[in-house]
Amino acid sequence: MESFFTRFKNVLVLVAILLAQTIGLAVQVRRPVESGAPDSSRVTLIRYWAVSIVTPFERFFHGIGHTIRYGWSNYVDLRNTRQQNHDLQDQIARLRLEQASFAEDAMQGHRLQALLDFQQHYVSATVAAQVIGTSGNDLSRVIYIDKGAKDGLKADQAVITPDGIVGKIRDVFPHTSQVLLINDQTSGAGVLLATTRIRAILRGSTTGQILINNLTPDDRIKPGEQVLSSGGDQVYPRGLPVGIIESIKVDPDHQPYTLIQLRPAANLNQLEEVLVITGTQATLSDQAQKDLVTGAATAEAQAADKQLADQQAAEAAARSAAQIVADRLPSIHDDATDAKAGTATTPATTTPPVSVVPKPLPTLHSDRYSSGATPSAADLKPGAPETNNPSIPQTPTPDATTQPATPKPAQPKPRKPQPLSDPTQPPNP
Amino acid sequence: MATRSFTSRRELEQHSFPPAVALLVPLGAILLQALLPRPFPRLAILDLPLIVTVFFAVSRRNPVAGTLTGAAIGLLQDALTAQPIGVNGMAKSVIGYIAASIGIQIDVENLTTRILINFGFFLINSFLLFLINRRLLGLTNFHIYWGHELIRAAINTAVALPIFFLLDNTKRNE
Repeated sequence: MESFFTRFKNVLVLVAILLAQTIGLAVQVRRPVESGAPDSSRVTLIRYWAVSIVTPFERFFHGIGHTIRYGWSNYVDLRNTRQQNHDLQDQIARLRLEQASFAEDAMQGHRLQALLDFQQHYVSATVAAQVIGTSGNDLSRVIYIDKGAKDGLKADQAVITPDGIVGKIRDVFPHTSQVLLINDQTSGAGVLLATTRIRAILRGSTTGQILINNLTPDDRIKPGEQVLSSGGDQVYPRGLPVGIIESIKVDPDHQPYTLIQLRPAANLNQLEEVLVITGTQATLSDQAQKDLVTGAATAEAQAADKQLADQQAAEAAARSAAQIVADRLPSIHDDATDAKAGTATTPATTTPPVSVVPKPLPTLHSDRYSSGATPSAADLKPGAPETNNPSIPQTPTPDATTQPATPKPAQPKPRKPQPLSDPTQPPNP
Repeated sequence: MATRSFTSRRELEQHSFPPAVALLVPLGAILLQALLPRPFPRLAILDLPLIVTVFFAVSRRNPVAGTLTGAAIGLLQDALTAQPIGVNGMAKSVIGYIAASIGIQIDVENLTTRILINFGFFLINSFLLFLINRRLLGLTNFHIYWGHELIRAAINTAVALPIFFLLDNTKRNE
């Protein structure tokens, strides 16, 4: 018996070690928990020991790197800062205008949500953390951040960047936390396609891609469509950017489902700082409400400016139309204008026809049809017309001030000015 | 004058390492593996702990020591991931055992041999991980792209050669 153990000592040791680890694996995966959930307390303890060994070194090297980067970026690499500042100011101004355009819609949406008693969750509290390490294994995409339970972090809290969601906290240690990235093979998230409003489930993969594989083919889904968090997973608040659809193809393993590959909104490969969402609330935060009010005020000012500009444009257009009509209609011009006719007469210099009424020629032999022979309507009396009208002038005296300079008998009678006619419209009978 | 007699190739070429080296080199490999992918994401393709496991196993030429070294490194590596603890531990235990067993039989100082054993062990490691994830853990969506694994094996082999050369200086003959 002794010789057996001595002879097969190496193999027996290997088998014993493999058996022990197999039992350990079986214990860990026995619990029917969802993927990405935190471990049991015993496994957490083992991880805690390992993290306690590695994390101090990670913090040390991260601190050195941070100091060097800080010194470089704050003292050495300050060229073009003024230009960047100017660009950022421009960007702020542009974003303010964009914010103003959305403010009205947002306020209306909030009013409707309040009417419908719709429970929306807004991010109310976040904790900023720095990434200090990774798992070092491309089959397990996790990162370590420098904040833990002492900073108020808990398991299953969402981790984001300003660009989009990053993952969720998987394990929390006193001063460190392990974050499971959304592209890990055990990750999942509820998502919403922004344009088509189709809900789906996002999953990571062994190759580090994020995929949607629970949708059947749909022509409405196109590459380039934005994907948002739906809030249905109770981890990520609704409406956070997740990524953009990169490609759509048939899933060879699960036909007839499609395999939709996404490009993550956040750069998951080079994360420096992240935000952990530690609190949500049903209403907007105070700062967000202030921003919304500012946006609404900007929108009102913008609307007033636009109204004023529209009025001015309408007046200018009316003036322009009047000038065009003046060009088209026959009118009486000054001698000087006639002299310049055919050379450089511009519409702006012509006299508007509405202000000059052409006068008839002086009458040689006046009769009752002659100009001025008809009495004014104010002088007429109701009843039968009088046979002898004593007010008919015999020889009307033309007024020198209203006499036309050069009447043109061949021209037709001036008509009442009308607005510009649309060539597509039929002529007015 | 005392004389020593060697009865086998294993006793002739068995090496040991100072405790500091035996402890700090695996720990440093795991630490570097955790640190490097953050500033250089493409370096996640490296597997420095596996390189160290193979080196210590073939140098010590002791299957028990190789198995234990592989198990310890793999378990510590697992503890930093989101995977169940034991996936890399099992794979690296087997690698340590085989590497130590091969080290008894062939000359592992030769450059060509080192290239071959490193390349081969990286492929075996990938295969073992596939088996453990797919069969033991039942992860049906776990896939391995063998083209990628060949590239990974080639890159890690290229990195392993200078590391082996550096660590050769820490050996001491028994």
